[in-house]
Amino acid sequence: MATATNFRPRQVTNANAIEMIGVHKWFDKFHVLKDINLTVRAGEKIVICGPSGSGKSTLIRCINRLEAHQRGRIIVDGTELVEDLKRIDAVRRDVGMVFQQFNLFPHLTVLENCTLAPVWVNRLPKAEADAIAMHYLTRVRIPEQAGKYPLQLSGGQQQRVAIARALCMSPKIMLFDEPTSALDPEMVKEVLDTMMQLAKDGMTMICVTHEMNFAREVADKIVFMDRGEIVEANTPERFFSNPVQERTRLFLAQVLR
Amino acid sequence: MSVPDRTTSPFEPSADLPPPPMMRGTWGWMRENLFSSLPSAFLTVGCLFLLAWFLPGLIRYLFIDAIWSAADGEPCRAPGAGACWAYVNAKLTFFTYGAYPRDQLWRVNTVMASGGILAVWLLWPAAKGKGLAALLFFAVFPIVAFGLLTGRTPFPSLLLPSPGSNIEWWAFRAAIGVAAVALPLLALQRFWLGGVLLFLVAWFMAAAHWRLLGLTRIDTDLWGGIFVSLLVASVGIVFSLPCGILLALGRRSRLPIIRFLSIVLIEIVRGVPLITVLFMANTMLPLFVPDAWSPDRLLRPLIGVALFSSVYMAEVVRGGLEAVPRGQYEAAMAVGLNWRRMMMLVALPQALTAVIPGIVNSFIALFKDTTLVAIVGIFDFLRAVDTQRLDPAWAGPSISATGYIFAAAFYFVFCFAMSRYSQMMERRHAAGRKR
Ligand SMILES: Nc1ncnc2c1ncn2[C@@H]1O[C@H](COP(=O)(O)OP(=O)(O)OP(=O)(O)O)[C@@H](O)[C@H]1O
Ligand SMILES: [Mg+2]
Repeated sequence: MATATNFRPRQVTNANAIEMIGVHKWFDKFHVLKDINLTVRAGEKIVICGPSGSGKSTLIRCINRLEAHQRGRIIVDGTELVEDLKRIDAVRRDVGMVFQQFNLFPHLTVLENCTLAPVWVNRLPKAEADAIAMHYLTRVRIPEQAGKYPLQLSGGQQQRVAIARALCMSPKIMLFDEPTSALDPEMVKEVLDTMMQLAKDGMTMICVTHEMNFAREVADKIVFMDRGEIVEANTPERFFSNPVQERTRLFLAQVLR
Repeated sequence: MSVPDRTTSPFEPSADLPPPPMMRGTWGWMRENLFSSLPSAFLTVGCLFLLAWFLPGLIRYLFIDAIWSAADGEPCRAPGAGACWAYVNAKLTFFTYGAYPRDQLWRVNTVMASGGILAVWLLWPAAKGKGLAALLFFAVFPIVAFGLLTGRTPFPSLLLPSPGSNIEWWAFRAAIGVAAVALPLLALQRFWLGGVLLFLVAWFMAAAHWRLLGLTRIDTDLWGGIFVSLLVASVGIVFSLPCGILLALGRRSRLPIIRFLSIVLIEIVRGVPLITVLFMANTMLPLFVPDAWSPDRLLRPLIGVALFSSVYMAEVVRGGLEAVPRGQYEAAMAVGLNWRRMMMLVALPQALTAVIPGIVNSFIALFKDTTLVAIVGIFDFLRAVDTQRLDPAWAGPSISATGYIFAAAFYFVFCFAMSRYSQMMERRHAAGRKR
């Protein structure tokens, strides 16, 4: 097996990794996102929280165009998301995503899950893709599971594979949509540890989560959403100790209890 | 082994114990499965009674009283005579090859044997070199089979000058020319392009040398029997899966025109009986093309059968695609796969394994439906059996019955084999992926 020597994670090249300017979205008549303005600088870690149905998932899914926004602009590392398959593909190569339900490909082994996109999208030789995959599987601490199928792993292991799979495309930005909420409590920590490691390495991240300790420790900025709007965006210290909005206080009283 | 007192000693995981021994012997099994309750016991006894009543007569007819060899049907017409296997034996050549010239049967045998070997190679799970097998089966075999069976050149002279000029010499020069381009490409590791060009070389060389084989032409009017049934079934099977997949993808396409056309084709063909499709293929296909191109009388039902089974396959595959969770598509898009790769690498592999039973069910139905091509004058196996019972030398009720029993056994063996094979594949796929 070749070693991943000539391989280097990519960095955001612009000062702003993500810019969302006046973004609106509707599902039929239902207004899910209302005038979202959010700037994520290179290397910044953002945590998004808010009650169920407030549009958190929809917001981050707009960033890699799993959902299309209908008004406003979204610019990902200098590329504006418009109805143009070439640009959408380019953005998706730069942005990794981790889902609540893992969404690993059950017909492929762990290693194949990790090499699929590098081989077919980035056209890496198989040996090199294998080496990179093993590198990241080692980093999420499950290299010994490489030959297994996803459904043979525990939830926490599956989610770490999902993180490794996203990292194998050497993304500039990582999106996490409640990565720990489908996990048993015992497995939450192993996934959060992996994410913290990633944050330490300087990855630009947006993370939807209700793990407030994680938010306190890792986030540069916490965004609180309700009914499709950003209610408040603040540093963790200010957010937890001295929130501006009454609505935020109410929410915090619920989750921190 | 005693459980340690957890209140005083610290927690230590205890050693694994072996599972308890199986408590069932033959008797245990019988009591559990055959005589577990009064109704079940009655059913068991009743079934045994039916078997005892039915089975001895059947065995006597098929084996004990059966006539195994005879010069003509005379012994089989005797009262009390059983199945007339002598008749099957005498007619076996006809049942297998129809009226195909008897001194040319090696051509059919070669095709059937090589097709069978390639099919087993492809389907045998542990076999190596599946890529080569697929190349031989899907690219080389059809060409060779066509050439051998018809005796016509299977290398259409699309690139070659019209007959009259010296085709052989021309093809030879073309081959050398193409090889001159292909070999450097291969040396430069452009394997794909080099491979295509080498295929062309082989094509020209074969075209140049084909006549040396000196095969006589044998029109499809003479083809018949098991050989034609297998031909129709294999063409249907080989075409229905890829065409069905394309139609299913078309039906789910985001492009309205493609979706509309797929739906129209699927619903129309699915809404009429196969016999109608066969009649339409037989009478309408020739209307759409110039006379010189008019499809062969065997080709028309082949197209009809392939079309018919494709639309059924399309619906089976669509069911599989619907069953793939939305998260799979989203994950595929999120890692940057485009639509085509998402379908090929993520959705279809899962969809197809999920519907293996449905796919094989379609194949089995198709295999039996091939008997319908007799309606448009194709001399398939069942038709061959059906006509031969009119042979005065072999007339007789028991003789006709034997012919049909033989036909039934033939269809059963193939369909049962397909069914078992699909069950094995299902188990293999389930074993690898499930917990
Ligand atoms: N495909 C869709 N079609 C119609 N409505 C949708 C669709 N997806 C989401 N919605 C609606 O949009 C709203 C926001 O959904 P979203 O998934 O973004 O919420 P969320 O903040 O992520 O909630 P949760 O914490 O439960 O994940 C919800 O009311 C939901 O019902
Ligand atoms: Mg959500």
